[in-house]
Amino acid sequence: MKVMAQMSMVMNLDKCIGCHTCSVTCKQAWTNRTGMEYVWFNNVETRPGVGYPRGYQDQEKWGGGWVRDKRGRLRLRSGSRLAKLARIFSNPKLPGMDDYYEPWTYDYDMLVNAPSGQHTPVARPKSLITGKDMKISWSANWDDDLGGSVETMQQDPILRKMSEEVSAEFEKAFMFYLPRICEHCLNPACVASCPSGAMYKRAEDGIVLVDQDACRGWRMCVSGCPYKKVYFNHKTGKAEKCTLCYPRIEVGLPTVCSETCVGRLRYLGLVLYDVDRVAEAAAVEDEHDLLDAQRSVILDPHDPAVIEAARRDGIPEDWIASAQQSPIHRLIQEYRVALPLHPEYRTMPMVWYIPPLSPVVDVVSGSGNDGEDARTLFAAIDKLRIPIGYLAELFTAGDVRPVDAALRRLAAMRSYMRGVNLDDERDDRIAEAVGMTGAEIEEMYRLLAIAKYEERY
Amino acid sequence: MTPGIRTDVTPSTDGALAESLVGLGRYLRPGAVSADLRSVFLQGGRAGDAFYRDRWSHDKVVRSTHGVNCTGSCSWKVYVKDGIITWEAQQTDYPSIGPDSPEYEPRGCPRGAAFSWYTYSPTRVRYPYIRDALARLYRAAKAEHPDPVDAWASIVEDPEKARSYKRQRGKGGLIRTTWDEVLEIAAAAHVHTVKEYGPDRIAGFSPIPAMSMVSHGAGSRFLNLVGGTMLSFYDWYADLPVASPQVFGDQTDVPESADWWNAGYLIMWGSNVPVTRTPDAHFMTEARYRGQKVVTVSPDYTDNTKFADEWVAPHPGTDAALALAMGHVILREHFVQKRTARFEDYLRRFTDAPYLVALEERDGGLVPGKFLTASDLDPETAAQARADFKPVLLDAEGSPVVPNGSLGHRFAAEDEGRWNLDLEGVEPPLSLRDLGSGDSAEVRLPRFDLDPEPGQEHAGGSGVVVRGVPVRTVAGKTVTTVFDLMLAQYGVGREGLPGVWPTGYDDESTPGTPAWQEMHTSVPAPQAIRIAREFADNADRSGGRSMILMGAGTNHWFHSDTIYRTFLALTTMTGCQGVNGGGWAHYVGQEKVRPITGYQQYAAAADWGRPPRHTIGTAFFYLATDQWRYDGLPADQLSSPLGTGRFADQTTADCLVESVQRGWMPSYPTFDRNPLDLCDEAEAAGKEPAQHVVDSLDDGSLHFAVEDPDDPANFPRVMLIWRANVLGSSGKGNEYFLKHLLGTDASVRASQAGPGSRPRSMTWRDQAPEGKLDLLVTADFRMTSTTLFSDIVLPAATWYEKHDLSSTDMHPFIHAFNPAIAPPWQTKTDFDTFGLLAEQFSRMARTHLGVRRDLVAAPLQHDTPDAMATPHGRVQDLPRTPGVTMPKLVVVERDYPNLHERWKALGPLAERLGMTTKGITYHPEVEIARLKRENGVVASGPYAGSVRLDSDRRVCELILAFSGTSNGRLAVQGFRQLEKHTGQELAFLAEEHEGAHLSFQDVSVQPRSVITSPEWSGSEHGGRRYTAFAINVEHLKPWHTLTGRQHFYLDHDWMDELGEALPIYRPPLDMHRLFGDVVPGTTSAAEVHVRYLTPHSKWSIHSEYQDNLFMLSLSRGGPTIWMSPQDAAKIGVRDNDWIESYNRNGVVVARANVSHRMPEGTVYMYHAKDRTVDVPLSEISGQRGGIHNSLTRILLKPSHLIGGYAQLSWAFNYLGPTGNQRDEVTTIRRRNQEVQYR
Repeated sequence: MKVMAQMSMVMNLDKCIGCHTCSVTCKQAWTNRTGMEYVWFNNVETRPGVGYPRGYQDQEKWGGGWVRDKRGRLRLRSGSRLAKLARIFSNPKLPGMDDYYEPWTYDYDMLVNAPSGQHTPVARPKSLITGKDMKISWSANWDDDLGGSVETMQQDPILRKMSEEVSAEFEKAFMFYLPRICEHCLNPACVASCPSGAMYKRAEDGIVLVDQDACRGWRMCVSGCPYKKVYFNHKTGKAEKCTLCYPRIEVGLPTVCSETCVGRLRYLGLVLYDVDRVAEAAAVEDEHDLLDAQRSVILDPHDPAVIEAARRDGIPEDWIASAQQSPIHRLIQEYRVALPLHPEYRTMPMVWYIPPLSPVVDVVSGSGNDGEDARTLFAAIDKLRIPIGYLAELFTAGDVRPVDAALRRLAAMRSYMRGVNLDDERDDRIAEAVGMTGAEIEEMYRLLAIAKYEERY
Repeated sequence: MTPGIRTDVTPSTDGALAESLVGLGRYLRPGAVSADLRSVFLQGGRAGDAFYRDRWSHDKVVRSTHGVNCTGSCSWKVYVKDGIITWEAQQTDYPSIGPDSPEYEPRGCPRGAAFSWYTYSPTRVRYPYIRDALARLYRAAKAEHPDPVDAWASIVEDPEKARSYKRQRGKGGLIRTTWDEVLEIAAAAHVHTVKEYGPDRIAGFSPIPAMSMVSHGAGSRFLNLVGGTMLSFYDWYADLPVASPQVFGDQTDVPESADWWNAGYLIMWGSNVPVTRTPDAHFMTEARYRGQKVVTVSPDYTDNTKFADEWVAPHPGTDAALALAMGHVILREHFVQKRTARFEDYLRRFTDAPYLVALEERDGGLVPGKFLTASDLDPETAAQARADFKPVLLDAEGSPVVPNGSLGHRFAAEDEGRWNLDLEGVEPPLSLRDLGSGDSAEVRLPRFDLDPEPGQEHAGGSGVVVRGVPVRTVAGKTVTTVFDLMLAQYGVGREGLPGVWPTGYDDESTPGTPAWQEMHTSVPAPQAIRIAREFADNADRSGGRSMILMGAGTNHWFHSDTIYRTFLALTTMTGCQGVNGGGWAHYVGQEKVRPITGYQQYAAAADWGRPPRHTIGTAFFYLATDQWRYDGLPADQLSSPLGTGRFADQTTADCLVESVQRGWMPSYPTFDRNPLDLCDEAEAAGKEPAQHVVDSLDDGSLHFAVEDPDDPANFPRVMLIWRANVLGSSGKGNEYFLKHLLGTDASVRASQAGPGSRPRSMTWRDQAPEGKLDLLVTADFRMTSTTLFSDIVLPAATWYEKHDLSSTDMHPFIHAFNPAIAPPWQTKTDFDTFGLLAEQFSRMARTHLGVRRDLVAAPLQHDTPDAMATPHGRVQDLPRTPGVTMPKLVVVERDYPNLHERWKALGPLAERLGMTTKGITYHPEVEIARLKRENGVVASGPYAGSVRLDSDRRVCELILAFSGTSNGRLAVQGFRQLEKHTGQELAFLAEEHEGAHLSFQDVSVQPRSVITSPEWSGSEHGGRRYTAFAINVEHLKPWHTLTGRQHFYLDHDWMDELGEALPIYRPPLDMHRLFGDVVPGTTSAAEVHVRYLTPHSKWSIHSEYQDNLFMLSLSRGGPTIWMSPQDAAKIGVRDNDWIESYNRNGVVVARANVSHRMPEGTVYMYHAKDRTVDVPLSEISGQRGGIHNSLTRILLKPSHLIGGYAQLSWAFNYLGPTGNQRDEVTTIRRRNQEVQYR
């Protein structure tokens, strides 16, 4: 066992209102520069939808992440390092401008400076790439709130993977939001892809960074990252990516996207993990086992053996204490409501998500049952407006059981707390039905609902 | 790093060759390699990290916020480096609201987070601008007339010259000039207008003072000292819920968002909280974890539907039918089949339900008439003071009782201590049935939900239902109770009553039932029943913690007052109003200037003269933009079939004229003559000015200006706009603004009303004026349609460049604006701009104006004895008596040469007369003494020794000192006064903070919680969450209504005429029937006819941020219209195709956003899409493609014009016609995809 610390994030999608404040505050702080116009270290996707860049989840096309070969070894999907070296001057698996979008501005000057003329002045769009007039036909968030669904929704790679048919009908409409940053993976494909050794994972907190001095702009990291969260600065010719706001983390401040999240859905914290077991965990054969494999790499910070090993491996005392208080550990390991994004990419991502629970009661009530009754509530989780199969394709490589279990716990919390709220009654049977105690449910409720600043970060 | 540890190589990466290379590499370079060869551990090599540390570094962080458009009032950290604003992020330091609730941090949204883009953006107005055509004229005139006022007069009084620059408005040609020149022209225009036409021909528009009180107040104060007119915004925006004054006698008072947390059941009805209340939405998502059930009601699949346990999707505008059916279920199941004690008790004590209404004979049947009052009872009772404003109920034995707390008790000295809700042991029956056997009678009630009879389309789809109520005879009149009328109205039958009743919930033949609503809304009856039951059961179980969060989706309709009354009936009949976690929660454009008394004193310049000229924005624009000429809506088309024909031959414009003449609503310009001259004439004639006006009106030598808005004498001449974008956002009937108010090109497609449908009480001039306005001045920091059409554009400081105050009703804090940088380039704060304008004005006034007397016609005012001008709401033709049957006529002295001195000093009236808010007068002697030391005093001049108000910070201190919410001494003082009125203990609500006083420094350090004050109806006492009417329910303080209780029933003649005495369903206006418009849902050739709705946008707040590059990059980069795949398919439109949308009022060009989120037959163009960004020329009009309001126009509803009667009395932004725009229909077509921009 070799203990390392990882700064990690959990986002509770059940609370995400899709406002994009995180995207804007991040953009303003970090990527509001030339060469970076199209870059969103943090973006928010409406699902179902094609995401940003368009269709990034289609690894058949983009070749990001790792694959497990017949001998049980992990190999970069886009080819070995040698293969990469061989085509270092022409990397075909890069998203193009059409896949991101052509950034633009407007000739705002006309509003102030238009001479006397026949018509009211207007600022028309101009490409930031060519400087020419353009018709805007794609953006960083084109299909927000199911916009243009008839045209593009079926291109969502997740929908195409699902066995269940999802049609664009008014009565069956559903959506939820997926905010994304760099996953700061335990097994980062971008780092492994870099021919220059310019990408690294910091030893003390696991943040994955691009050394701006060492980057030679080969862009293999862009191809290697299955989440497409490394970007190419076309002004400096270097790769840039989400830094998990290390200049803030280092002085004890949460990331910009976390602190400015008005949905209050982001949790930040340290987890301890066994670095020696990462490769093994990332290489388990059955994709459905990846979730548990990754959980097994994460160490219990209260375990005396782990504490001892951590001390031995040079983890400072206050870091161990932080890991013990971490909301991340509770959400991933104790309440087990948080799940990783696309574990099947085998990068061991460390930004996890609580799946969205909505709406359940609708379905239950529609069937003539009491929508507030805990028993019927559970029965209905497989009838969610958001198909559980969709969530499973995002978070569990298609295995619906962990998603179902997480949603049941959220539903149980609502049901249990309604009793407390309205009648001051604590029905432990509800908690037991999801393998928790009432006290645990109340603790989880405090973390998810009351969610004080100090508890979130 | 532990290089010693080695295990057997098992899992690995890549192939053997790579592995061996890496394996080899470990011997060639420093660092440790992991056993599996997966990782290399290196020391150092992190110099490159400095790049991002450098990027993060900054010199300072300043607290500020955003000052208009939005009611979020979020506190922000503004980062500054090297004197440049770099970015902003939300503050997280709000005072805690307790261990068991989520906190307010971090408040904010993506729009606010993108604000700093404006600071250095290419759309920033950096210098003063003037249109070249006007500049040439003025500079030439100045050469001829050295005096600026003479020079200005030589231009505007020359029709040729005037037309020449007005025609150029909005067509570019703005040129840079100097502050000196623009201030000179603006001041000259003001002086000329005051002298020639009257000060009330100058109008100012600036909304939402709560979000920047000083910026708003500085301009308002200037205008009020001039005698100019400030236009209301809340009603104009259609954000004012007229039902609130009707039911509560209060403008709008709602829970803070943290109180959503306390609700057990939450219906979001036409309010898309994640988009429109972004910083607050988390309280909803989090409350679900507490077991709150969440229901959304919305015609489309909205953002908040994602969180809902149930989604109810009625047809747009039919919400009242759903709410009526829910009320039907609740009344039946909780008041008839079973009797829920808590609900009944609440209705008895806090509503008009038990009050007696006399039934009147009309056309051979009975209809509900007037409240029975003390004046109807025995002579001794009838002799009480204001007995005609003391409604009556029965005690448990059936004897009439005059309970405390009615309007009649409010102002009479002999009733001091009796204005309270104490029923003194009386337990009034809700229904006369409760008194045992009795008579019953059939009453006739209107309905408006029918299809018109063939051949009777002009009469509309109205009809009559006959239902029975128990009656008895009291004081010689046949009476019943409001509650009995409610059961009749809602179709809840009881054994043995006559009339036509539904046979059950599934009976769709008669109004009120769940099956009936399904016909109108498409909402399945079982769903309506279920939600009604759950809502009421939750309220019963939780003690009133069921809440309806309502917003623009239901409040922007012509008949929104009726929609909202059906909602409020639900929260009231279940005892939820005044309860934490319960009641109505109206969130659209609502705002709360927490320190309202201090703000009002400053902004109204009430320390120098009273009353101010405040008027109803909708009517002002209706007249000024000549929309009235295209309207011709016959008022009797809106009438009840049971009406008396009161509106026969009247248009709704005639109703406005009548309202103004009667003093119900204000209107400026008031008379067709300069109000300064009226005083001089009176003096010459040796009469009091008021008498002179009455005599002149009587002999026909003087007229109200409203009767002839197209007479040049009655034009508004100068308009000042700041913190606003009327022409690119709020201006309903945008194209009419351009054509008639401004006199430039417009896309109006309608024809004017024909001779048969013109207002009978207004003068029709064959030639409609174009270009009424001589000067339009706008101060802004960015270019909007309003600046583009202005004659003069003043460069304004942004919100990060000034001192100011912010508060809201969404949270209980006051916090500060502070300058992160000084105003850059030649920009100035609004405060400094108006100071300079006042200085210039005063200088010119010395020679041109001097000291004058001004006759102000003030309407009958709410919260004063004026509200008793119309006993029983009987509208009669009586002789002119100012303050009773017509406006009050008040002379105000205007010391024009000293106007600037007054503007920047505190006047004497605050101390001499006190400061009155909602009927409570505050006396700030102690505060004035302290302010003299804090702010300092004026050193010399006519007002030496007065408190200095010559900086924005000093004004902030004044506002904070002069309100109970920020100064505990005044809160306690106000409550003591209220204790005298009510005889109830109240002062303890504020005594815990009697010594507390917030300073500007305090609210700059951290947002600070307000103090409970009688300025508002809720309580923060003991750290509780604010909810409206807590003081009424818990401490028996009356509502400011006729009965002192919440009203289901409104007995004014006009309400009766409109058939809206009780909550009722009125469908959206049938624009086809009324104006010959297209029928939504139909198709013709390559065009589709659809409902046109303009909900609030995710990527802008009104027009602000819609031009912001970040917001545009995250959306579709310009105006779009959302439509259903079905509608798009009908006209061959694909996503992102260019389309045109047109109707009578104008044309809009946009791109289609085709989504299955949208229901067929309805399109959305999100509010407010200005024409400034990516709007090509229209194929249809040949002009720039318009804004969302190019397709709308103003329609007046007579019920909004009532005044002078109890809670139906005017106050600023409290009552007035709404600028509603939801009933419009439009035609959409695919256009040529080759668009042209110029």
